[in-house]
Amino acid sequence: MLVLDRVSKIYPNGVNALERFSAEIRLGEIVAIIGGSGCGKSTLLRAIAGLDRATSGSVTLDGVAITAPHAKIGIIFQEPRLLPWLSVADNIGFGLSDLPRALRRDKVAGALARVGLADKATAWPRELSGGQAQRVAIARALVPQPEVLLLDEPFSALDAFTRRDLQDHLLDLWADTRPTLVLVTHDVDEAVVLADRVFVMRPRPGRLFEEITINLARPRDRTSELFGNFKRRVLTALDRSLDRNVPDRVAKSNAGEAMWW
Amino acid sequence: MTVELSAPAQTEVIPAASSRLRRYARPALGLLLPVGVALVWEMMVWLGLSNGRLVPPPSKIFATIVELARSGELTHHIVATLSRVFAGFALGVVAGTLLGAVSGYWGLARRLLDPTVQALRAIPSIAWVPLFILWLGIFETSKVALIAVGVFFPVYLGVMGAILSVDRKIVEVGRTFRLSGPAMIRRILLPAVLPAYVVALRVGLGLGWMFVVAAEFMGASEGLGYLLIDGQQLGKPAQILAAIVIFAVLGKTTDWLIEIGFAPLLRWQDAFGRQSGAA
Repeated sequence: MLVLDRVSKIYPNGVNALERFSAEIRLGEIVAIIGGSGCGKSTLLRAIAGLDRATSGSVTLDGVAITAPHAKIGIIFQEPRLLPWLSVADNIGFGLSDLPRALRRDKVAGALARVGLADKATAWPRELSGGQAQRVAIARALVPQPEVLLLDEPFSALDAFTRRDLQDHLLDLWADTRPTLVLVTHDVDEAVVLADRVFVMRPRPGRLFEEITINLARPRDRTSELFGNFKRRVLTALDRSLDRNVPDRVAKSNAGEAMWW
Repeated sequence: MTVELSAPAQTEVIPAASSRLRRYARPALGLLLPVGVALVWEMMVWLGLSNGRLVPPPSKIFATIVELARSGELTHHIVATLSRVFAGFALGVVAGTLLGAVSGYWGLARRLLDPTVQALRAIPSIAWVPLFILWLGIFETSKVALIAVGVFFPVYLGVMGAILSVDRKIVEVGRTFRLSGPAMIRRILLPAVLPAYVVALRVGLGLGWMFVVAAEFMGASEGLGYLLIDGQQLGKPAQILAAIVIFAVLGKTTDWLIEIGFAPLLRWQDAFGRQSGAA
């Protein structure tokens, strides 16, 4: 269980990026965080990753406070961030350097096959397309078998077709070991197709506006009426979150209970 | 300490004919201009259009080199110059790399050290010559010191600049995999810095060759710089040109050695030069 308790972040320049964000995320759950720019989504993700410290509040995973990058938490960034001097296979094995060589080779080979890039093992990162590079980044993050995988707008730099393909692919990979996924996105379609719960954030200061549960069975049909309904709900929430006259839809102490419609 | 780099099999497939062209025709293209000029000059002297006394024809320069080589004198001078360059280069590279790395990695050291180093850099290095002679004497030590000073600055700047410009996003990847300080240096910083470091070494070596001449001008009894001065004083232009040719060959060869020495570690680079075949 990943517990976020009143996580707040004020940057040294005085910007109040995130205010009292609380949530409990179960193991294996997929959560999407959506909102316009400046609503603290990336700040929140970096705090969960242990890359930046929250100013106040706490992040705990299975009762352990997260203050620095943790072995059970993996992260995928908007850019693949592959190391250009390592082959594709060595990039995927980057986080496995503690393992014996043979075991590492097997795991890397398995991961390469799983993301459909077995023929690219010896290629350099520069020889990959954007979508292939992001697949390698996903494999690199998943191969140490994290309990929580954080994704910071992972597909936003890709074209619509590749993005869809990778969203489906991510769900396949998730089904293998069922880690917790926390996905930051600004794509409503992506949030609804992937997530069990969508957290809608609002800016200035960044905070939770509304939480929407997507109780649709997977695989989800993007063209179904129900899917459209959920998309509409998220879109409406996003619109309202930008209207300063609308109060927050969640009580700060009791996130997760509010249902206003 | 090993730098973590991988060397996947070469993936580019080049048709045989064009690869043969690439291997032989391109270097030949570079030879066209110097060989052409040499041939034209040789013809001019041969046809009597010039007496070739002050600008001796290539055949005479070549004869001078052969003569120097046969007497064993040439080897002696080359060894003297090469050992000075290597000693100075080694000292300059070690000092430049260490101080550059400290300044690049550690902000406090940079604020403390860098202004002084930059101020020293602004001094033309030849200006140190009188002082080095007073301090270190007229013999080898002062010469090596001068070369080391020349090599130090480009290496220092190159290393510091390269470390400062390592992509923060790549460093963050290292952090998410919880690399320790030394592992971060070995697995992220060193490989990231390597291309710029090789350039810094090559610039440093170029300056090393420049300064060895200056050093040998200040009273040497052996070395290629001595051959230059000797040729001037005794009116032997062929000897001067012979020394210059040997400088060119040695300079290019040592530069090329650095280049091919590091080439296997830099195969990953996605650079303009790779495609247009600049190397």
